[in-house]
Amino acid sequence: MARIVSALLIGLVFGAGIALSGMANPAKILNFFDFAGAWDPSLAFVMAGALAVTAPGYALILKRRAPALDTGFHLPSGKGIDLPLIAGSAVFGIGWGISGFCPGGAIPALGLLETDAVTFVAAMVAGILVARYLRNATRARTATGAA
Amino acid sequence: MTEFTPFLSLLGGALIGLSAVLLMAVHGRIAGMTGILAAILPPPARDWGWRAAFLAGAVAAPAAMIALTGATIPFDSPVPTPWLVAGGLIVGIGVTYGSGCTSGHGVCGMARLSPRSIAATATFMVTTALTVFVVRHVIGGL
Repeated sequence: MARIVSALLIGLVFGAGIALSGMANPAKILNFFDFAGAWDPSLAFVMAGALAVTAPGYALILKRRAPALDTGFHLPSGKGIDLPLIAGSAVFGIGWGISGFCPGGAIPALGLLETDAVTFVAAMVAGILVARYLRNATRARTATGAA
Repeated sequence: MTEFTPFLSLLGGALIGLSAVLLMAVHGRIAGMTGILAAILPPPARDWGWRAAFLAGAVAAPAAMIALTGATIPFDSPVPTPWLVAGGLIVGIGVTYGSGCTSGHGVCGMARLSPRSIAATATFMVTTALTVFVVRHVIGGL
């Protein structure tokens, strides 16, 4: 129960941050990346604010043995920089540049009850499921040795 | 045009950072929207409860801010629906193969100085800017 309530509260803080910062507003995102047009530098301040808190915060917390409600920290395995990482990130940027929505901005934007946010999130979920299916199919084929 | 909002954006960014720090301190988890969302989609991860709660909080926050303070939260989606759908599909595919997005790589990973996250963030910042340039200044807008 404590895990559910705390995650809900932490999600509220995240959503409030996204809403205040402008990350839930596609026009603001697109203008940040439009250096040759109506440039709005606001999102650099979002990144600066987030990193100014997260970097020292993580440094303090990760010195501890475990988080408050789990037996250990779940950090991404230290895989190297590989093709899926770079190609996937490049593709993500193309979608972000077309739509003005990233996942962290789009989910809180659902709370604004805007049709475009719902449309984007539905398409994004479909994209995640398609990619997951393709990746599993590729792995299964590699595992059985059939090319 | 959108209004330049350095103070609000810095404050909002700090709250995003606070949320990331709290999720690590309490749950030991990265506050990456891609990972959290993907894990509740079918077939869901065994430990999906806290993720659903986090997502519910993230969605409820803007609605609660409007209801409680009467504030308006600027929202303007200038892209036609077919391109929004295409953009959504492309984002979903990209973040799955790239193992993260702006929150997971751009905030949490960069804060840990993860080489993978720094490479991912540099890559998507460049392709996003290039895409916006092509759409707005080569094609002439959607």
